[in-house]
Amino acid sequence: MRTDNFFRIALPTATVAAFLLAWTAYVHTAEVSAFILPTPLQIVAAFIELVSDAEVWRHALVTVIEAVSGFLIAVFLGITLGMAMARVQMLEWAFKPFIVCLQLIPKIALAPLFILWFGFGLESKIVIAAALAFFPVFSNALVAFRSVEPGDRDVFTMLQANPVQRFTMLDLPTALPVVLAGMEVAVVMSMIGAIVGEFIGGNEGLGYLAVAMLQELQVPGLFAVIVLLTLIGLTLYTLIAQLRGWLTPWHASVASKAREA
Amino acid sequence: MKMDTVADIRLAGVGKTFGQGENAVRAIGDATLDMQRGDFISLLGPSGCGKTTLLRIIAGLERPSEGGVIVRGRSVWSGGKRSVEATRPVSMMFQEARLFPWFTVAENVALPLRLRGVKKAEREARAHALCETVGLKGFERMRPSSLSGGMRQRASLARALITEPQVLLLDEPFGALDAMTRDTLNLELMSVCAEANVTTILVTHSITEAAFLSDRVVVLAARPARITEVIEMPFARPRTLDLQRNPEFQDMLVRLRASLTGGH
Repeated sequence: MRTDNFFRIALPTATVAAFLLAWTAYVHTAEVSAFILPTPLQIVAAFIELVSDAEVWRHALVTVIEAVSGFLIAVFLGITLGMAMARVQMLEWAFKPFIVCLQLIPKIALAPLFILWFGFGLESKIVIAAALAFFPVFSNALVAFRSVEPGDRDVFTMLQANPVQRFTMLDLPTALPVVLAGMEVAVVMSMIGAIVGEFIGGNEGLGYLAVAMLQELQVPGLFAVIVLLTLIGLTLYTLIAQLRGWLTPWHASVASKAREA
Repeated sequence: MKMDTVADIRLAGVGKTFGQGENAVRAIGDATLDMQRGDFISLLGPSGCGKTTLLRIIAGLERPSEGGVIVRGRSVWSGGKRSVEATRPVSMMFQEARLFPWFTVAENVALPLRLRGVKKAEREARAHALCETVGLKGFERMRPSSLSGGMRQRASLARALITEPQVLLLDEPFGALDAMTRDTLNLELMSVCAEANVTTILVTHSITEAAFLSDRVVVLAARPARITEVIEMPFARPRTLDLQRNPEFQDMLVRLRASLTGGH
């Protein structure tokens, strides 16, 4: 087990190190301009400069607020609609084809329209983030609330459970692991939505900052913004993954991780 | 007529047809049967004979197409709806243990009391006591996933017993277990049923199990699904595994087998 733990840390570290070395070697041997592709070290320097600027953190906060608000709206709507359609067949027949069609529209292409409708402020970005994050939550919730086994329902019927008890002690815990898996995807989508919105219009947020950097040909700065965005996305994702461990400690996806560790 | 001579469970012309028209499948037909308080009855038959369907109709999980079921004077199906009052004294065990992974073993056992609004302290005390009875002492705080198949069915049995049921319906609960565990659990089941004076109906396809546990064995046939015979098991109680080596018991197995295959 000790050697396993060693390799679990050493191997991914080695992969990343090899990648960064190859990158550095390529930039030096091919003599690529720093305006096109900076070295990882130049990016690190730019990143340190970036995060020591208080203004940058204001931009980061804007992006986080947009992504998290959009995510929460998507979670609320996705779970509510998914659950309702899982319970009432007529609702699914009425709305699911419509929702799937909406999903098939490339929503990124609609982003300029959202800016037109909701303005250059936070609202339009929140809407784009929510639109991107909605579907993974919705489709997972629909499957999750429908996956309660008939045999488990029989147990609750025999025990004369009322509808509230059925929901809190059977439907909800059955659905939770799958819903949370959808939320993990959704939180990443909401970050993408917020950034795309900022690319297109407005004067705040890390997406805006990235565009501004590019226009000033500060390519190391652009990379630094991308690194910061990645770290923020990773933090949000990790929070949801943690939530899964807290809320569904019994589930195989959590329990097997616990055994491995 | 005194109360205790009235049938505890009465099946009156129970029939069930799945599907309609040309696709209709007759799952069970004209099942009529009376059971007295404390009876242990087995429904024995090949797969597809509708024995599980019949049990589910008694439990109120399946609506009969015709006929009715009376449990302790109340109709399980009245006006096409499941009666909560009639099924309240009924507990059921299924082929799978059906424990819930988000509850510990003790919480699973205590679940029926929780759903009935019993206070936490009281239901925990009763769950722990019952865990000890069924041989789960020390496992109360574990998750069901860390139990063996036999242990899970013990927990399932404890959950079925915690409401102190008057009727126990068993749908091949030990069918998936190894022979030794199965024998042990069957012996424990017999003593628990005798002690609590519950009326028990067991669905099984094991001739030995049916003969060993039951006061009467109801033999069912498939196509058309129906009750072919009800046979008394005239063996004294309490019974031990030695009974299975008894020549009379062996003769009974031959008799049951003949009844199952239709030759007398």
